[in-house]
Amino acid sequence: MTETLTDRAISGAPGDVAAARPARRGAGIGANVGGWLQAAPLTLVLLAFLVAPIAMIVTVSFWRATEFSIIPAFSFENYEFLFGSDVTYRVFFATFKYASITWAVTLAIGFTVAYFLAFHIRSQTMQIALFLLCTIPFWTSNIIRMISWIPFLGRNGIANQTLIDWGVIDQPLEWLLYSDFAVILAFVHLYTLFMVVPVFNTMMRIDKSLLEAARDNGASGLQTLVHVILPLTKPGIMIGTIFVVTLVMGDFITVRFMSGSQKANVGRLISNDIGLLQYPSAAATAVVLLCTVLIVIGILLRFVNIRKEL
Amino acid sequence: MEPRPRSFYVLSAFFGLFVLFLYGPTITIGILSFQGPSGGLTFPMRGVSLHWFADLFQEQAVGDIWGAFRRSFALGLIVMVTTVVISVMAGLAFRKRFAGSGVLFYLAIASLVIPSILISLGVGLIFSQLGLKIHWATSGLGSQLTWTLPFGLLIMFAVFNRFDKSYEEAARDQGATAWQTIRYVVLPIIAPSLLGVALFGFTLSYDEFARTLLTAGSYNTLPLEIFGMTTNVTTPVIYALGTLTTLFSFAIIGSFIATVLIIQRRRARLGSDAGKGV
Repeated sequence: MTETLTDRAISGAPGDVAAARPARRGAGIGANVGGWLQAAPLTLVLLAFLVAPIAMIVTVSFWRATEFSIIPAFSFENYEFLFGSDVTYRVFFATFKYASITWAVTLAIGFTVAYFLAFHIRSQTMQIALFLLCTIPFWTSNIIRMISWIPFLGRNGIANQTLIDWGVIDQPLEWLLYSDFAVILAFVHLYTLFMVVPVFNTMMRIDKSLLEAARDNGASGLQTLVHVILPLTKPGIMIGTIFVVTLVMGDFITVRFMSGSQKANVGRLISNDIGLLQYPSAAATAVVLLCTVLIVIGILLRFVNIRKEL
Repeated sequence: MEPRPRSFYVLSAFFGLFVLFLYGPTITIGILSFQGPSGGLTFPMRGVSLHWFADLFQEQAVGDIWGAFRRSFALGLIVMVTTVVISVMAGLAFRKRFAGSGVLFYLAIASLVIPSILISLGVGLIFSQLGLKIHWATSGLGSQLTWTLPFGLLIMFAVFNRFDKSYEEAARDQGATAWQTIRYVVLPIIAPSLLGVALFGFTLSYDEFARTLLTAGSYNTLPLEIFGMTTNVTTPVIYALGTLTTLFSFAIIGSFIATVLIIQRRRARLGSDAGKGV
């Protein structure tokens, strides 16, 4: 395939070499225009469906709402209400709690899995196969994956039945489903992949001779792990962290579904307001959430240069 | 080969448990979707039947899931093609380091990490204020692209970071125009990665929920329809639907992987022996 295409490319373009020159000159206006043209579709989509919506949300967050409609205005009442309410602080606290616990668990699992794949599997085919095995669930439906915990965690579910059969408990545990536990379990289930992939990616690029050098100098396996592998894996960990933290902080559906609507995070606060058609209030909460997420990412990005790590 | 250290077996067990954790629940609802007609949402199985799969074909039991499936499938294909085209173009653009590339890159990253509900809310508000009708193929499509394009772009970065520029130089030295170089040299070389982008585009769209929630309009996509079912359907019919749509996803993923393998095998067979000293 490649061969024939190359042949065609050669025979199809007998023109003079000089004609191809300008394209090679790199920087300058020409490259800029070419780059702009090629980047235009992406830019347009992001302007229309990312920048404009955020601008709209920021605008609407200063509007007023009646029961039936929203009215353009410039008032801080949405923000005053938001910051004046205990609920806001509790819900933001809950959001950070979900994010930090999920982050710790996904990091522990993700790092271990990536370490196993990168350093203990010797054949490359096997490595790719097992890596795919870990990533396939990412391409299936999150909602179905949440639903599939019901038969496990329900009052008469597999977990409770098993524990009762083993005589560990007499009564079914009530906190398995529709609880913080269930929410975090689902987060870990859904998002560990986002930690495994970037960590695995950076681990695969560690020069194996560094590990040999560590061993030749008498480092134990654990010392190599802590002093060689861990520092070199930091960029991957940071990228995974950004994914997991932002996904969890922005979530509303997992919390609603896995807590049976009994728990709340910021995303649910927004979606509840939307359900009540209180768009200005939803927008104000969304703005605060966005700022929070951006601050967190800003802090994390100080530790890593994403473009270099791809 | 040196013997496996003890940690290998511990880690293997850990990995096995992780895979079980990933797939166990899905397998469980797969089994439970064959519940007998009188069975419930949990074990024990009360007989084995295809009752709940048959229910999927009765509109009064499940609503318009087939319509939702058709819409999701169509939208998935549109998103897939759009994502591949735009990502490749943007990937090529970023190799030139044009003015403003830094801003655009951070916009794409922002698009990835922004809470989905903001896109949903913002796009919904814009459309309603402009008096436009929200529809899955307009507002829904745009919202989903904000999720699939960054993934496509990141894959393109990874691809072009590893791309050997000497192929292009060779093509140019032989007199190929810029377009011919892309069409006959660059694209064939990166084709397998483009399949990866396509896979992301289709599956992320097909399963997308949060960004489509307020932007799909009066006709639901499949994930929205399934979510609606969770609040009012309390029979294993929802497991049957879950099993079918998961199998569908597996089939899509499988066919993409198979295609990549076939391409690689063809390359190994038909590839050039240049530089191998033959």
